[in-house]
Amino acid sequence: MTKFQISRRKFLTAASLGASGMMLSGCDAFDSQLSIGSGLRSFLENANGLTYRAQRLLAGRDALAPEFTEADIRQPQRPNGVTSPDDDTYKGLLANNFADWRLEVSGLVEKPLSLTREQLQNMPSRTQITRHDCVEGWSCIAKWTGTPLSLLLDQAVVKPQARYVMFHCLDTIDRSLSGDIKYYGTIDLIDARHPQTILAYGLNGKPLPVENGAPLRVRVERQLGYKMPKYLYKIELVDGFANVGGGRGGYWEDNGYDWYGGI
Amino acid sequence: MESIARSQSATGPGVPASTERPLIYRQSRWTRLTHWLWAISLFFMLLSGLQIFNARPQLYIGKQSGFGYHNTILEIGAENTSAGPRGFTEIFGHRFDTTGVLGWSGPAGNETARGFPSWATIPSYYDLGTARVIHFFFAWILTTTLLVWLVASLINGHIRRDLAPRLDDLKRLPQDIVDHAKLKFHHTREYNTLQKMAYGGVLFVLLPLMIITGLAMSPSMNSVLPFLNELLGGRQTARTIHFTVMLLLVGFFIIHILMILAAGPINELRSIITGWYRTDPTAHDDKTSEA
Repeated sequence: MTKFQISRRKFLTAASLGASGMMLSGCDAFDSQLSIGSGLRSFLENANGLTYRAQRLLAGRDALAPEFTEADIRQPQRPNGVTSPDDDTYKGLLANNFADWRLEVSGLVEKPLSLTREQLQNMPSRTQITRHDCVEGWSCIAKWTGTPLSLLLDQAVVKPQARYVMFHCLDTIDRSLSGDIKYYGTIDLIDARHPQTILAYGLNGKPLPVENGAPLRVRVERQLGYKMPKYLYKIELVDGFANVGGGRGGYWEDNGYDWYGGI
Repeated sequence: MESIARSQSATGPGVPASTERPLIYRQSRWTRLTHWLWAISLFFMLLSGLQIFNARPQLYIGKQSGFGYHNTILEIGAENTSAGPRGFTEIFGHRFDTTGVLGWSGPAGNETARGFPSWATIPSYYDLGTARVIHFFFAWILTTTLLVWLVASLINGHIRRDLAPRLDDLKRLPQDIVDHAKLKFHHTREYNTLQKMAYGGVLFVLLPLMIITGLAMSPSMNSVLPFLNELLGGRQTARTIHFTVMLLLVGFFIIHILMILAAGPINELRSIITGWYRTDPTAHDDKTSEA
C-alpha cells in the first residue's frame, strides 16, 4: 500500500487554488445549496441566531429607537407590500368604516379581549416620530400614534408559558394550493413590551390610511418593516412557532428572511 | 539579509533559486490565515451585497429616502424606449445607458430588470432573504478576522514593523510612485510606501468604515449607538458610504491583483500561502532596516 503523503505547502497551495477556482466559476454555482432547509443554508443561518443574541445583549430591553422632529416629516409614509387588500372580509369592514372590526387578544392569556376601535383609542396612547426602515434598503420618517402593546398584554394577563406575540392580519399576501395565505408574524415578549411598540391607528396626525394598514398596524421600532404587520385583527400569545405558518415565525421568515429583523 | 536592495530591478519569476536571491520568511501564519479569510468573506459579502442592493437600486443622502422630494444620487433602473427596454444608471443627475450590465440584463431574449446582473450576485436569481443570510454570516467572519488580525499583529509586531509609516516612507514616496508606474518592483522583506498606504488604508480605514456603516443601518443598533447616524449624516447616507467603500475595496482588489501579476505571481502567492518570499539579491545599502 502506497503511503499517501502531501506536504503542508502543497496542501495549502491546492486548497487556495481550489477556493479561487470555485469563486471564479460563477455565482449560480451556489444557488442549489441555498434553498430553505438545505444543509449549507441551515449552517449559514446559525449566524442569524448569533446576530440576534448580540443585538439583544447590546440593546437590552428598553433602549429606544431614535425619534425625530416634525421637521423631519418631509413626505407621506411610503406604503409597501399589500396596499389595498382584496379580501371580502376586509372590504366589508372598510365599507362600514371598521365599525364591526374588533381586535382580539387570545391564546395564552388569562382574560381574552375583544376591543372596538373606539375602546382602543380611549386607552392611553403614545405618539412617536420614527424612521421606518424597509428590508429593501429605503427609509421613511413619519409620526405614529397608537396604543402601547404592553397595556393590552397587561389587561389580558399573559400566561407564564407564553413566549411570543403572533399577529394575525386581514390581507392576503400569497396564494397556495391550500388556499389564501394571510399575512402573519411574531415578535418576542421583550419587543412586545418595549415602550415604543405600539398598535398604531394614527399616521402623521390623521387616521391610519388603508395603504399603511388601516385600521391597525404594529410598530416595532428596533426592527425592519416586515416585522410590523398591517391590517391587524388578532393578537395571539403562543409558546412557539409550531403552529405559525411554516414554522419559522412569520410569512417572510417562511420565505427565508431572518426572524429577528434588527439589521 | 535584512537590508534593503534598492538598486536592483526585479527579476522575473521562474528564475532558478540562487543564493543571491534568498528565500525569507515574510508572512506570519496569522497574516496568511487572515488574508485568506478576508478574501473569502469579502467575495461573498460583495456578491450578496450587490443582491441586497438590487432590492433598492438607489442611493440617497440624508436620514431617509426621498419619495416626495429629491435626494437620490445614484439610480440603476430600466425604462421603456422606442428601441425596447433599456437599462440606465444615473449618477448625480447624469444618465448613462448601461443595458446588458446595469438595469437591464440577462441571456439574450430573456433579459430582466435588475440592478446588478445575475453573474454579479449570490444567489444569481433575485432573493433578498438568502442574500442577507450570506451577508451577515460573512460579516461575522470578516469582523472576527479583523479583530484576530489586530490582536495577532500587535503581538507579533506586524503592524509596528511592517505597516506603521515612518519618515523614510514619506521621503521615498515620490520614487515609489515612479517605480510603480514603471512596474519596477523591489522584492524586499519590507513593504514599500504605497503598499503600506494601501494595506493600512484597507485595514484601518475601509474595513472599519464598512463595519460602522453596516451597523449604522441596523435599527436595533441605532437604539444602542444613536450617535452613529448623526455622525455619518443619516441612515441613507450611511448606506451610500457603505456602497462607496465597496467600490473602493473592489478598486483595491483589482490593483492588488494587477500588482501581484506584475511583481511575480508565483513568488507573491507563495509568500501569502507558505510565508516564504524570494527577495532580490542582497545589496548593501546606506539604508538598513531595523533588525
